[in-house]
Amino acid sequence: MQTMSALQGLLGGVLIGLSATLLMGLLGRVAGISGILSGLVFERGGDRPWRVAFLLGLVSGPGLLMLSGLGWGNVAGDSGAMTGAPASGLTTMLIAGLLVGLGTGLGSGCTSGHGVCGLARLSPRSMAATLVFVLVAMLTVFVARHMLGGAP
Amino acid sequence: MKALAGYLAGLLFGLGLAISGMTDPARVIGFLDVAGAWDPTLIFVLGGAVITTFIGYRLVWRRQMPLFESRFQLPTRRDLDTRLLGGAALFGIGWGLSGYCPGPAVASLPGLSWPLAAFLVALVLGWWLARRLTPGT
Repeated sequence: MQTMSALQGLLGGVLIGLSATLLMGLLGRVAGISGILSGLVFERGGDRPWRVAFLLGLVSGPGLLMLSGLGWGNVAGDSGAMTGAPASGLTTMLIAGLLVGLGTGLGSGCTSGHGVCGLARLSPRSMAATLVFVLVAMLTVFVARHMLGGAP
Repeated sequence: MKALAGYLAGLLFGLGLAISGMTDPARVIGFLDVAGAWDPTLIFVLGGAVITTFIGYRLVWRRQMPLFESRFQLPTRRDLDTRLLGGAALFGIGWGLSGYCPGPAVASLPGLSWPLAAFLVALVLGWWLARRLTPGT
């Protein structure tokens, strides 16, 4: 199971890399989800059509797989599912969403913009940002799970 | 054509997130939980994505310009500042609490639940707040 999960991870990662390559080769843009989507919500101008189309594509990927019933998902412990259950209730998710929005807005990027595209460009800013958000997220999980004692 | 390019890129991205299991917060938190039952899947996703993008970028940059635009638009700054690192830290806390970063959260819309809806509304609010706090936008 572990090997299968790793292989699916690798395959999915390659698809994400192809997406980033396509966006650069065709439109000359970095595939940063937070930048594309916050731009779609808050900016006017010529980037709107492709950003709307990108959002539709992003949602229709998992949606089409779900409809197809192919069972290509990689949800831990549920081979039929395409999306996993949320990790927490409403209050935690509201706080988490606000922090993710504020943080990726101020820090100019998320896991895709800094983590994938930025590392591939060998950008020092993206390398530093990726190191910080991965380490802080690990620390957050450690405190939430093992010190405050939520899940095992 | 630009919209079609956007759709194809989004579709590949969404398929990649779903097939890799990044639309499962438990997998993401499992990777972040280094003191628990560690789940290495995310390393393979990030590794596969970065290596493919690294090679892909260098191939497309051999051309003078992208196919449907007049120039490549790349970030040029190389300095580190408080806004970048502080923002990354806030993002890290939210990511650790929820197991969602923006891509997987939005790509999980076909499996919408109340906690995910709450996350997405707050995410947009956070983006708005960040723009208010950023001079010149």
